[in-house]
Amino acid sequence: MIASAAFDILLCLLIVTVAVGSVAARDLFGAVALYIVYGLLLAIGWVRLGAVDVGLAEGAIGAGLTGVLLLGAAARLKAAPDPPRLRIVPLLLCLAVSLGLGAAVLSLSVPQPGLVPLVQENLAASGVGNPVTAVLLNFRGWDTLVESVVLVVALVGVWALAPDDLWDGRPGAAQRVKRDAVLNTFGRLLPPVGLMVGIYIVWIGAYAPGGAFQAGTVLAAVWLLAIMAGVAEPPPVRRPLWRALLVLGPAVFLLAGLHGTLWGAFMSFAPAKAKTMIMAIEFTLTLSIAVTLAMLVLGRPRRPA
Amino acid sequence: MTATLVYGLAGSVLVGVGLYGFAVRRHLLRQILAFNIIGSGLFLLFGALARRTPDGTSDPVPQAMIITGIVVAFAATALAEALAERYQELTGRTALEEDSKPAPPDEQESELRG
Repeated sequence: MIASAAFDILLCLLIVTVAVGSVAARDLFGAVALYIVYGLLLAIGWVRLGAVDVGLAEGAIGAGLTGVLLLGAAARLKAAPDPPRLRIVPLLLCLAVSLGLGAAVLSLSVPQPGLVPLVQENLAASGVGNPVTAVLLNFRGWDTLVESVVLVVALVGVWALAPDDLWDGRPGAAQRVKRDAVLNTFGRLLPPVGLMVGIYIVWIGAYAPGGAFQAGTVLAAVWLLAIMAGVAEPPPVRRPLWRALLVLGPAVFLLAGLHGTLWGAFMSFAPAKAKTMIMAIEFTLTLSIAVTLAMLVLGRPRRPA
Repeated sequence: MTATLVYGLAGSVLVGVGLYGFAVRRHLLRQILAFNIIGSGLFLLFGALARRTPDGTSDPVPQAMIITGIVVAFAATALAEALAERYQELTGRTALEEDSKPAPPDEQESELRG
């Protein structure tokens, strides 16, 4: 008991220290590197909180994909001299915000059943055994539907920032990788393993921690690795097939929701059909999320198709 | 209950750290990083409070909302990064100007003033 509390306290101290380090770091690259460490430590914290699904998402998206994206940005954006200075007034204001939130945490730390009983009662009707997946795809399917659309809208926003002559070009810089060098070899060895892991995570998400977003991130990472290793080429953004892949998941989700209106209400699933519907949504959504996330990391078109 | 307190308080501190970074650091990439630290701090606070159940299981509804939040934060980060890069291409700057002292758009050395 004491050992586990000590571990939690130590981990939290480490998380806060690394966050301060990331904010105070002198160079951009160091700030991003510390941010990735911060995300991985947070993922351990989520596991300690018994939220393994969130831990997977934080590790894969918060640390992994955000890290790759920002490392690329650190290389492309000029480093301007911006020495860390101590500013007293903002420091005091931020301290006040932290103290206020801390006081709220202290006052709220009384046991509450929350929505656990409600979720447990209805889990059998949801079609899946993992309560988090049940909430994501059934009880609060609305949130997830809109979220999957937000991803596509963000990608449209990123693409819209392309200069006129590259409007329908190819995203990502051209990779010059020596064949049979380490990166290239990894780029051919790891994808089969990564594909297996991704498919496993989406399948197991019905019963245990996992699901479309975590699996989609793993698949996106596999694709990005293959691209960085020079094994695969990112497609030009005008290809209709790829555009169809981007919207496939949200479209299936929306159709399943509309089907629910026949049975009861929009986004409701009949218990007998719920599992089939959720699996159809999960698999198509995984594919769309993988393509969307990877394209968000690759950014706007940077070279002609 | 200890875990709720420890992680909840850590989340509160992280929000403060992120806010400070957002207010004080001028480089756009640093502001994007600080924004993400604020967000993850709030998620941690929320997730810690989700564990206040009598038997110590984590409430799945906040968990699902946090996963949604992490994904949306990533989408916002990607869009912000693309905007920062385009802003640098068009103005040569990597930090937004302070409101009180607007600089002419062609002034290339503005970021050297720190």
